[in-house]
Amino acid sequence: MKSWIAFWNILKKDIEKYYLKPPNISWGIIFPLSWTLMQLIRSPGKNVLELLPGLIAMSVLFGTTSMLAVTITFERSGRSFERLLLAPISLSTMVLAKIAGTIVFGMFNAFVPVLFASFFINLSGVKWGVLILAVLLIAITSSLMGLLIAVSAEQVFEAQTFSNFFRFPMLFLCGLFIPISSLPVFLRPISYCLPLTYGTDILRGAIIEANTLSPALCFALLLAFSAILFLICRYNINRKWIL
Amino acid sequence: MEMVRVTNLKKKYGDFTAVDDISFDIRKDEIFGFLGPNGAGKTSTINMIIGLSRPTAGDITVDGIDVRKQTKKAQAIMGIVADESNLYNEMDGFDNLCFCAALYGMKKEEREPKARKLLEEFKLTDAGKRPFKAYSKGMRRKLTIAAALIHSPRVLFLDEPTTGIDVESSRHIRNMIVDLKKKGTTIFLTTHYIEEAERICDRIAFIAKGRIVATGTVPELMESIAHGHTIRFITDEINEDIADEVQFCFKESKVSIRSDRSLVMESDNRISLLPVMEFFRDKGIRVYEAQELRPSLEDVFVKLTGIESSTLEETEEKSIGQ
Ligand SMILES: Nc1ncnc2c1ncn2[C@@H]1O[C@H](COP(=O)(O)OP(=O)(O)OP(=O)(O)O)[C@@H](O)[C@H]1O
Ligand SMILES: [Mg+2]
Repeated sequence: MKSWIAFWNILKKDIEKYYLKPPNISWGIIFPLSWTLMQLIRSPGKNVLELLPGLIAMSVLFGTTSMLAVTITFERSGRSFERLLLAPISLSTMVLAKIAGTIVFGMFNAFVPVLFASFFINLSGVKWGVLILAVLLIAITSSLMGLLIAVSAEQVFEAQTFSNFFRFPMLFLCGLFIPISSLPVFLRPISYCLPLTYGTDILRGAIIEANTLSPALCFALLLAFSAILFLICRYNINRKWIL
Repeated sequence: MEMVRVTNLKKKYGDFTAVDDISFDIRKDEIFGFLGPNGAGKTSTINMIIGLSRPTAGDITVDGIDVRKQTKKAQAIMGIVADESNLYNEMDGFDNLCFCAALYGMKKEEREPKARKLLEEFKLTDAGKRPFKAYSKGMRRKLTIAAALIHSPRVLFLDEPTTGIDVESSRHIRNMIVDLKKKGTTIFLTTHYIEEAERICDRIAFIAKGRIVATGTVPELMESIAHGHTIRFITDEINEDIADEVQFCFKESKVSIRSDRSLVMESDNRISLLPVMEFFRDKGIRVYEAQELRPSLEDVFVKLTGIESSTLEETEEKSIGQ
């Protein structure tokens, strides 16, 4: 019960103080929107539906990774983060509370392109249940990657730089723009180590039935990624922030 | 009964030993002070006790709980004021207190009245609606202390509670600390202000270069250095010649003139006043005052640690200038 109160209030505070702040909300809307428009202009002949999986995945990735990395590095530099480490709640509860806000924000980001696309095309063929689950898992894994970046960064600008350092290669390797089968052979194994690869594959399946792997396998792998990343984050926080 | 028990505690950062095998106990309901210059290892020690840093060696118990094994259980009864005021800048005073309360699992019905009460006690009721970033340094310090008290901790850790704060706010903070002790909170504070330690601490540990040099009440610490008898005379007329004559007549004492034109006699044995007074009377010199000079806690500190008290003063100035 006590942990729950702490969890809920950390989440509520982050949402109110970070994610619901006007610049972040508008970022959350404008960014996915401009990606969508850019893609539409770049390849006018393409079906919007075919672009949707990529847009969703990108919006989640960009809404979560740097957001968490930056807010946590910010709280650490102001030292208020110590309060969370000193509170009588387990490290797991604290990590879950911190990523929960980002996950919600990432999912909100994901539905901007969906909403936008719904004005142009018929989305009745989409498997919503699968899509939402996939978005959730992409949000969880990218938030945890953001946390991992925060553990390595000392300053806010570092957190920002590290996030981009990871995000852009990931976008190119996950099969969104270039099918994995057309990537140079030595890069392919890296693709299969990225959670985003499996996330986008499920999204493809849910929206245009163009998945290359079994969704069940992808879900299982994403869950495994989440669990592993969570444990690594917890271990690193324990090791690096409790000196 | 001990509230905090630290045994053979050690902290190394790489090859550097910041805390070197220290042991001490803090009794229930006392104010225990760590007095030492910058870099003595005060913060390192506190951080290990509160579970923010891992000891290289040693044991710590707080109210009988082994901090290294049951960190979270121990943290639930601790109130912690870090050496910097570290609340959330973008939240107002009231929300900051309520958030801290929530971290300790307090329900809304409990935390809101408690936050209001603390704001009132710290004279911050009006400031409660302003964001923390708009607070003055003294107000920030007070709110940080209030936040540490929100869950009614049994033991409170204060790392330099009054450094860089003006006289008035410092006094207010010190009074709050003494009141808390009266209400049954055990307090551990660090400071590099000798007067602060002397004024409010029941017991003091001198810490220098990671080691505890002495521990005790102020009178105990005073006793710990042998001192003779020093008398200071204020007279209507004084000069080197008179001083030389006094020295000639009272060979047991060391006679000197201080910059405030008073004559000081120091001796390993007690100085008998009547002969000195008669000497002055015979010379036609009027004596207005004869006062015994006792060593100050500062003298004891200097003697025991070998650190000039000016080192402490420097650190005071530095911190005020920050
Ligand atoms: N994380 C760290 N890594 C390396 N050295 C450290 C670390 N933290 C502290 N030290 C060193 O340990 C020594 C003790 O530091 P500590 O902060 O405990 O001193 P302090 O008594 O609190 O001083 P101050 O009055 O300046 O706060 C210092 O020499 C400091 O440089
Ligand atoms: Mg310190």
